[in-house]
Amino acid sequence: MNPIMNQDPAAPSSTPAPAPPPRAAAKPVALSVRDLRAGYAGGAAVLKGVSLDISERRVTAIIGPSGCGKSTLIRCLNRLHEALPGAFCDGQIMLGGRSVLDWDPVLLRREVGMVFQRPNPFPTMNIFDNVAAGLTLNGERDRAKIAERVESSLRRAALWDEVKDKLKSPGTGLSGGQQQRLCIARALAVEPRVLLMDEPCSALDPVATARIEELLLEIKETLTVVIVTHNMQQAARVSEYTAFMLSGELVEFGPTQGLFTKPADKRTEDYVTGRFG
Amino acid sequence: MNSSYARRRRVNALMLALTALCAAVSASVLLGILGYIAWRGASSLSWAFLTRLPAPVGETGGGIANAIVGSAKVVGTAALLGIPVGVASGLYLAEYGRRGRFGFLVRYAADVMNGVPSIVIGLFAYALVVMPMKRFSALSGSVALALIMIPVVLRSTEDFVGQVPGTIREAALALGVPRWKAVAFVVLPTARRGILTASLLALSRAAGETAPLIFTSFGSPYWDQGLLNPIATLPQTLYNYAISPYEDWHRQAWAAALVLMLFVLAVNASARLWLRPPQGSSS
Repeated sequence: MNPIMNQDPAAPSSTPAPAPPPRAAAKPVALSVRDLRAGYAGGAAVLKGVSLDISERRVTAIIGPSGCGKSTLIRCLNRLHEALPGAFCDGQIMLGGRSVLDWDPVLLRREVGMVFQRPNPFPTMNIFDNVAAGLTLNGERDRAKIAERVESSLRRAALWDEVKDKLKSPGTGLSGGQQQRLCIARALAVEPRVLLMDEPCSALDPVATARIEELLLEIKETLTVVIVTHNMQQAARVSEYTAFMLSGELVEFGPTQGLFTKPADKRTEDYVTGRFG
Repeated sequence: MNSSYARRRRVNALMLALTALCAAVSASVLLGILGYIAWRGASSLSWAFLTRLPAPVGETGGGIANAIVGSAKVVGTAALLGIPVGVASGLYLAEYGRRGRFGFLVRYAADVMNGVPSIVIGLFAYALVVMPMKRFSALSGSVALALIMIPVVLRSTEDFVGQVPGTIREAALALGVPRWKAVAFVVLPTARRGILTASLLALSRAAGETAPLIFTSFGSPYWDQGLLNPIATLPQTLYNYAISPYEDWHRQAWAAALVLMLFVLAVNASARLWLRPPQGSSS
């Protein structure tokens, strides 16, 4: 059938174990996902056994048509999926040798941050407090440390120069693109190992999108990024690896360039050439 | 121009005028009540009226100072009892009890309680507080008013907390913040304007209630003597004066009505002014 990276032969799976694709494990693995199944009690499964290895300090893009399960996949990685009523998630996810599904979700999420589809700064907080929220809400009291972390996070999110003179004004007063960078800074301030991004640019204009893509190239120097996107050009621009999903299954996963130029699966080819989806 | 289009425009103009007329009638009722009370009450309103105790029967003059203090005390204590219970229950319903039998029961009970005649609430407070303590008291009046405030505050809190977008909750959870902290420090503050407004409106409604106070706080011609003794309140003083046979007391009832109306108006207006969203914020 289709090549799935590093299929664990021990894990029960409906798909036959394929050969690992070339250069798949060139970088150490940050997150390894095996036979991940997820959905809602009483409903059809959204993920039907997904396995993939996400490389450390690289950008991995997940593409696929609406409803293919790509958002659910990343929401399992920080266990936010389970916060929804009736949601379940099983299989195996390993992060740094620890099983994500056995981790306390609250502590896990300090290692695995997330940026959402629509910018969602806390409406009652100013810019500074928004970025500091992950620290202050978790009991950090050292003001100097908080101020230092807020500044470094805003710099990494390429927002510092635009907001340094108005840190006390409301976060919701910024433009959409600035709000999204504020949310990125807020996630970075917790110093996660992995940053999940769920279509972070779908509500932004092309200029704001370009700025986010630029800063992605910076932040992947220090952390692993998994980005869900509808925009194939975006996946091609920002990611080293791309996974193509369809109907809750991983169809193809490999280096981005290969996936877009020489897709191994007919369905991937149809999707990336715009024949459907 | 097409004749059916011209006809539709005429009907539209007519209907628009009718709806505007109805709106004007509704607004003029409030203005009419206010104006009439001001006209009847203003002449008796004086500094002495606001600062003196009631005069003994048969003498003219005297004031309602004890009732103003008493109302503030009874309503204030009711707010201290009722608002925290209402906010906490509403928060529970919105965050943890959205579905499920218990949530349904609480919601249903609150709706029924909201419709219970206030005199029945007064009787309940009588049985709950006055009978065991064997005395009328300011406290029992506060309990009755708190019972009136709870369902209003509860349902509004539930609504306003429910309106906080799920993405705000998820943003907090995604930072590795425990659920209770996300609710207490992110969701609740986001809903605070609505909750404060609802609490102030519930408070102004309770301030005007008369029936639940008749056999709880009872009324008194003296200064406030603590939470465990009978106490004078504005609506009840108004009621006693209005049904009395004395001309002077009737005048004072109008003036007391004016004071009560102005208080309710002031609370309403400040609820709207203070709690207006700040400029330049989309919240």
